[in-house]
Amino acid sequence: MYVRITRMALHYRWRLAIGLVAIFFAAGFQLAIPILIGNAVDTANNLFGDADARAKDALVLTAILLFAVSVGRGFSAMVQNYMGESIGQHIGYELRMLYYEKLQRLSFSYHAGVHTGDLITRGILDVEGVRMFVQTALLRSVFLVVLIGTGMYLMLTKDLQLGLISLSFVPFVAWRATVARLRLRSNWYSLQEKLSSLTKVMDENLGGIRVVRAFASQKHEMMKFDGASNEALSLANIQVGIRATNISLMSLAFMLAMAAVLWVGGLRVIDGEMTAGGLTQFLAFMSILLQPVRQIGMMVNGYARGAASGGRLFSVLDLEPDIQDKPGAKDLEITEGVLEFHNVSFGYEGEHTLNGVSFKVQPGHTVGIVGPPGSGKSTIAHLVPRFYDPVDGYITIDGQDLRDIKLESLRRAVGVVEQDTFLFTASVEHNVAYGDPWAPDDRVELASQYAQLGDYIERLPGGYDTMVGERGVSLSGGQRQRLSIARSIMLKPRLIVFDDSTAAIDAATEQRIRAALAELTKDRATIIISHRLSSLMHADEILFIDEGKIVERGTHDELLALGGHYNDLYELQIRPSEDSHPLDDEGGAS
Amino acid sequence: MATRRFSERTHEIPPKASIRRGPTTDEEVFGEAFNGQVVGRFIKYVAVYRKLLFVAIAAVLVFTVSSITFPLIVKSVYDEALSEGAPDRSRLAMLVIVFLVAVGFNFIANFFQELIVGRVAERILFDMRRAMYLHLQRISLSFMDKTEIGKLMSRLQGDVAALQEFVETAVFAIGDLVLLVGIIGAMVWLDWRLGLMTLAVLPTLLIVRIIWLPFARRAFLRARVTSSIVSGALAENINGVRVVQGMSREYVNYDLFDIRASDNLRAANLASKLGVMMLPIVDTLTGAAMAIVVVMGGFFVLGGTIETGVMVAFVLFVQRFFDPIRSLTMHYNVLQRAMASGERIFEVIDVPVDIKDKPNAIVLEDIDGSIEFENVTFGYFPDQPILKDISFKVKPGETVALVGPTGSGKTSTTALLHRFYDVWEGSVKVGGHDVRDVTLDSLGKQVAMVLQEPFLFSGTIFENIKYAKDDATREGIVEAARAVGAHEFIMKLPDGYETELEQRGGNLSLGQRQLISFARAIVADAKILILDEATASIDSYTEMLIQQALHRLLEGRTGMVIAHRLATIRSADRIIVLQDGRIIETGHHDELMELGGLYAHLYSMNYASFDDIPDELIQRATQAAQESAT
Repeated sequence: MYVRITRMALHYRWRLAIGLVAIFFAAGFQLAIPILIGNAVDTANNLFGDADARAKDALVLTAILLFAVSVGRGFSAMVQNYMGESIGQHIGYELRMLYYEKLQRLSFSYHAGVHTGDLITRGILDVEGVRMFVQTALLRSVFLVVLIGTGMYLMLTKDLQLGLISLSFVPFVAWRATVARLRLRSNWYSLQEKLSSLTKVMDENLGGIRVVRAFASQKHEMMKFDGASNEALSLANIQVGIRATNISLMSLAFMLAMAAVLWVGGLRVIDGEMTAGGLTQFLAFMSILLQPVRQIGMMVNGYARGAASGGRLFSVLDLEPDIQDKPGAKDLEITEGVLEFHNVSFGYEGEHTLNGVSFKVQPGHTVGIVGPPGSGKSTIAHLVPRFYDPVDGYITIDGQDLRDIKLESLRRAVGVVEQDTFLFTASVEHNVAYGDPWAPDDRVELASQYAQLGDYIERLPGGYDTMVGERGVSLSGGQRQRLSIARSIMLKPRLIVFDDSTAAIDAATEQRIRAALAELTKDRATIIISHRLSSLMHADEILFIDEGKIVERGTHDELLALGGHYNDLYELQIRPSEDSHPLDDEGGAS
Repeated sequence: MATRRFSERTHEIPPKASIRRGPTTDEEVFGEAFNGQVVGRFIKYVAVYRKLLFVAIAAVLVFTVSSITFPLIVKSVYDEALSEGAPDRSRLAMLVIVFLVAVGFNFIANFFQELIVGRVAERILFDMRRAMYLHLQRISLSFMDKTEIGKLMSRLQGDVAALQEFVETAVFAIGDLVLLVGIIGAMVWLDWRLGLMTLAVLPTLLIVRIIWLPFARRAFLRARVTSSIVSGALAENINGVRVVQGMSREYVNYDLFDIRASDNLRAANLASKLGVMMLPIVDTLTGAAMAIVVVMGGFFVLGGTIETGVMVAFVLFVQRFFDPIRSLTMHYNVLQRAMASGERIFEVIDVPVDIKDKPNAIVLEDIDGSIEFENVTFGYFPDQPILKDISFKVKPGETVALVGPTGSGKTSTTALLHRFYDVWEGSVKVGGHDVRDVTLDSLGKQVAMVLQEPFLFSGTIFENIKYAKDDATREGIVEAARAVGAHEFIMKLPDGYETELEQRGGNLSLGQRQLISFARAIVADAKILILDEATASIDSYTEMLIQQALHRLLEGRTGMVIAHRLATIRSADRIIVLQDGRIIETGHHDELMELGGLYAHLYSMNYASFDDIPDELIQRATQAAQESAT
């Protein structure tokens, strides 16, 4: 994980290089300070036996150097920190873009299996986790290694014994850091998971607030919340415990080493083996290390969180969408616009929802598909734009296998109007023009009129600029479906699939939509999937699907004459005591 | 990576975008670095843990004092044990032991300050989230109707997390301040002249900070606002990913997202620049202070005015002196963010709960299931009544169909029965009790509701049917599923009742979801059932099941149905026809047909649902009804 993140950091070679140079300078300046202070103490003690005036000069010189070194340290610390943050932010940006791009490409089968709350948490919190790791832990740990390493060298060469004593805390701190990092990593991982499920609980509660209210189930909901929340809390508590133990133990080791330096160094000063200034250097050096040692505790946490978050992010980034362009895929070339299913089967784990389905839709023709729920109707709608691939058989448009075509060209050519309409929080205009964002206004209006939504939109307070979606005007089920139809015809698709997309639209309006679309679809292949016979009885061919197989096919009249399933359904849908047919008032437009 | 720019499409103008670039009003709530009101409110949540926090602050104090002691002990070592004239081993040994004792205190205090502060911060975080969430469960639906869930979620998550940081930093900031005061005190005590000279650098720092602050503040806020825009864009794209893919809008969206993410990158970068700018300034001042100590302290030592130890202690203190200043600078960002977040959290908590139990509300038990509306007037906006002086009674066990064009007040009528809102005038009674006199909880147990769009939760089918009825048995659940005819299709699913539902029940058809929600209502076993029939037509097979299920559902209960299906309407015991918030006709289907009013006219138009009849036709029917009445 760290290797991967570090590799990403290597993209920013210059920043990294400048940052590393700054680190060496910062460490150098940092270490020069105790040496200068030691000198100053010795000078002040007049150990060199200089004349008073020269001692004063020496002190002033040391002071100037000390000041210069401090300024130098400040600037190199600035550069180092800035480079760290900058690389972190760039990596965060890069990860966000990669994640976004990957989510957009991952196929329907992936999205059906994950909760949106979980994906959002990863995109926000986990990206942040990796960014923080790069920003605060990655470069700073190099700084610490350089600082402690150089310091070690200086101290050991100056005085081996005292140097070893000063540094005795290092192995202990290193060992604690490793132990804590591993424990924190698994803890962070579980904590992120728990926070994701807490998000899920809250998101669903707010989404289904009417159900919650209707069943007066606040208590039940609070129990669910408390369950998820307390689990997360206890993990968070464990984390705090690890951190507290860790930080305090590390400081303890450090302070004990300092006490040892004081004792041994003090004895040596008493024995005259060492100057007071020499001892001060060691002590000043150690007091410079105090803050970094405290930071190790935080850095360990950064490492652990970075690994947990990186793991969660990369597990998504490493997924290969199961639907993607083949190498050498070509743009779809439509000559006539004939769609054909060749013996297509589809399903999961041996259970087929479609079984050897073959049919052909000619341009200008309409095929209606009807059948009981779960018979596989919607699967057909999802196969045409290649949201899924068939497990057996193949689908062609003008003889080109869908799997050999570039996805984008295919999906631009195929318009699928789905049953559930997702509205973006944006104006009506932007929602209708979603697939063709540069469309001129008059086309947006025309499409809306075709979908019989134009009049309604014009009556809205802001017309086409009225906001819809979660925060905007709420549209009824039928209005949403009409918007979805308008959105699809904006793309001027060469093939149109209506997947039960008029269920919430009343029969009369539906007929008006069909009449309006007649001109548009006259040279295009159309598939209408519906359970309402009035929606598809005028199709050129009707397929009755049951358990994934076409069991009956023919025109409305042929199927009625057959007296099979279709006929039964027809009988069922005709209102028992009605004398008139719903279509009759609209003059049976087709 | 899928990078393609607008320019490649030779488009000069930006696309019609669903993701806005600028901040929304919601994000414009700019936070003050210190907002007394927010802090005051916040203290209430902190006060719950005051005992723990006192321990924590005590630990912070012990930690700080022991930290200040170290240089002082070192000073004593120099002056008492190592002084040139009279080195003293036993004195050294004693001082080292004192040092070790201080280390011990330091260790224990350090552990407890980290542990308690960390845990209390986590608790407060969870408490506040819970308080907000609990409040959201209570506030009236009219607020929830107007609010975007994503926005609430960002308050429940992001803002609460920002406060957690604040609690942690706040306690440590107290430590920093104490340390600062302690160090200043120690320095002045050791040698007041040297102390004051060293402190002379402080005013410079103060001036620099005052200049720096407004710039930094703006930069930090900008970074936060752009970041929340990016999160919003990501969330919307995840939710609408099917449309995105179906319409091949990936490239456009990618570019749009890139613009937002780049905005954020730039803003964050600027904030970093301003943040790190303080480092050389602080270090320059540290250097200046050290130089003063070395020159003046050195002169004093040379002149014999002070001892070497004092100078050493000063140098060690100066090193420490700027640490708290530096971290207080860093904390400023956290503090500011916390104030903005606190405001956003309290905004939610402050939404008044207008529907709540009376002090001595009755618990509804064993009621007969009658409903009475008495001269009810109600609306959502002042001066725009939706229901106007409505009165009707429903006998126990009776099924009443509410019928009328869109906007006639059907949904409002049922919502009042459940006391989602309070009436303006008149009263709504359930089992003879005014709904305002009974507890909301017991009312909910007596009145069940099936919504038009069935909402299912993640979890198994079993859990969804059982829902809030914790004492429901497995047999009871299966029986309910059988009663509504859902058992068959459930058993066909791979894991039967244990089948995990996808988000919002995505792996079931609309009709199946409807049946599950019926079963849920049966399990809830309420005396009164409100049913908002789905307008969407459902496949005929499920439709048949649903019609049968409806009868089962209403058996032995009082039913109020917002009916769309003609079959449902006809089988109701009584039909109430609403128009413009008034009851215009009431009676059984045959009676109403005979009456020849609006109902008869609408019915004869043969629409699948009354809701979808175009306005002009309704007007015509109304006129026709009025004409035939006169």
